[in-house]
Amino acid sequence: MIQINPSNIRVWSLLGQRSALGQVLLELARENEKVIVLTSDLEKTSGLDHFAKIFRERLINTGIAEQNMLGIAAAFATEDFIPFAISFANFSVLRACEPMRHFMGYMHRNVKLVGLSSGFANGLFGNTHYCMEDIAIVSAVPGIVIVSPADCTELAKAVEAVSTFSGPVYLRLTGIMNNPVVYRQNFDFELGKGIVLAKGTDITVLASGSMVYNSLQASEILEKQGISATVIDIHTIKPLDTITIDQEINSARLVVSVEEHAKTGGLGGAVAGHLCSLRHHPPLLRLGIEDKFQPAGDYHYMLEQNGLLPLQIAYAISQQFSSLT
Amino acid sequence: MKASDETIRKCEEAAARMRVNVLRLAHMTGSKGAHLGGCLSIIEIIAALYGGVLSLDPVNPKCKDRDRFILSKGNGSLAHYTALEAAHIISEEQLFTFGQNGGLLPGASSLNPELGIEYSNGTLGFGLSYGVGLALVSKKTANPYKVYVLLGDGECNEGSVWEAAMAAPHFNLSNLTAVVDMNSMQSDGKTCDVMNTHLENMWHGFGWDVITVDDGHSISQLLDALMHPCTELKPRAIIARTIKGKGVSFMENNNAWHHNSLSKELFDEAIAEISQAKRPA
Repeated sequence: MIQINPSNIRVWSLLGQRSALGQVLLELARENEKVIVLTSDLEKTSGLDHFAKIFRERLINTGIAEQNMLGIAAAFATEDFIPFAISFANFSVLRACEPMRHFMGYMHRNVKLVGLSSGFANGLFGNTHYCMEDIAIVSAVPGIVIVSPADCTELAKAVEAVSTFSGPVYLRLTGIMNNPVVYRQNFDFELGKGIVLAKGTDITVLASGSMVYNSLQASEILEKQGISATVIDIHTIKPLDTITIDQEINSARLVVSVEEHAKTGGLGGAVAGHLCSLRHHPPLLRLGIEDKFQPAGDYHYMLEQNGLLPLQIAYAISQQFSSLT
Repeated sequence: MKASDETIRKCEEAAARMRVNVLRLAHMTGSKGAHLGGCLSIIEIIAALYGGVLSLDPVNPKCKDRDRFILSKGNGSLAHYTALEAAHIISEEQLFTFGQNGGLLPGASSLNPELGIEYSNGTLGFGLSYGVGLALVSKKTANPYKVYVLLGDGECNEGSVWEAAMAAPHFNLSNLTAVVDMNSMQSDGKTCDVMNTHLENMWHGFGWDVITVDDGHSISQLLDALMHPCTELKPRAIIARTIKGKGVSFMENNNAWHHNSLSKELFDEAIAEISQAKRPA
């Protein structure tokens, strides 16, 4: 088991999900000799320096060649290894889109594809390095589980869980350094099972990745305005935990999805798809990235431009909520 | 190492059987047709691999130390099925399920270890990456199998081929052989007209040991190349010059037969020509 203790939680959160990944994989590799890591020239970026010193033979650097990385990873999976293949989300999913579909979808190889710095985490690198489409693309391919951890503690839990799960997984990492902590201690993590983090009576917020923390903050703001919110960490976006969602929207007057992903095709899209199959359901407010390429900026700026800071989330929700009455 | 006369004869017999079966199966599909041209150009390559090179156990096609054969050029799937039948890995009955709706042997093959099919093909340019991965596993686990990947020359237009080609020498994959079926044609015409490349130079430039086989329909030439000992820690590319549609004169170098259906009349004509060719002079 990867150790979840205050010291690890603090260090990982300082590093952020991207660099904490290398630390977590090192812990995992110590315990499971089948774990190998592939990267397309992002060893240092994904915090794999230490891993490289200890397990050089289990770290394969393919150079800047994401398509080839996927093919090699698939072969390792066939030969009973557990390969984690790592690049920035936009390259893991967009550059290597067809190999992802071919090897992980059609051939259903047990590859764990990691998308680093999804959403706006690449800040000033700009639009080529932003990724607001990955969930939409991967979820359209049959048979791939999609996981987006809320913080670095959940990242460690998710990495451990996907390593024992037999089947292809896309692990979507979000946020930057000083990743806010959602989980301050060990907890039960089950793939495909949402985690209710706050219980309320008026609205239900479904959030993923970086937006879980921001949604919790927003719910505290809303509480002061007299709006009581349930907040659920939907760490697994596919398959969607419709059981928990159905239970938790029962008495809600508004459902809100919040994600650092395009409003179309991500968590909000999956939730919309589910809700419309129900006879009765509350209206859905989808918060996410606008459907346009925008002038680049730092992480905080980009979230702000898209209304994804806690205060903005709270404002959008309260506006929508008050329009219902 | 040199192949024995006995091995050469067996491979030639298998090739003859495979060529007839490719035509029978293509005819059987009726109007659906098959990729006849690119199948007929690789008959001898696959026959030489299965008859004289690959270490396989027909009874246990999944055995751990078997050699791995990856057919990257999906258009050759039908020819591959006929080789699996000739090697007694699949039965004749199974072979004749080719092209059935929802069946195990579709036009482009689908991963099926029980049937000795190591890879799902169809989309071009990804098989070599997978082969590089398998060869790397062999090195890392000291499981001394070898990996053979068969590509088309048209397929080598795909950039992903060259990502894999770049990586294989870097990882010293002397257990990896890429065979390029250089039939000099692709869907839209002659390769020199569609995209003029210099494949020998390209593979050589990427750091591979390159062997050119002047007659890619000569089993003995192919076996000479395939059994050529590796002297360096390099992967090996065998460029086999072949003829698209080989063996049936109206198909040879005629791109109408890239993918086409085979009427009863033309089928009979093709079989007659092949039978004629098989008779000793």
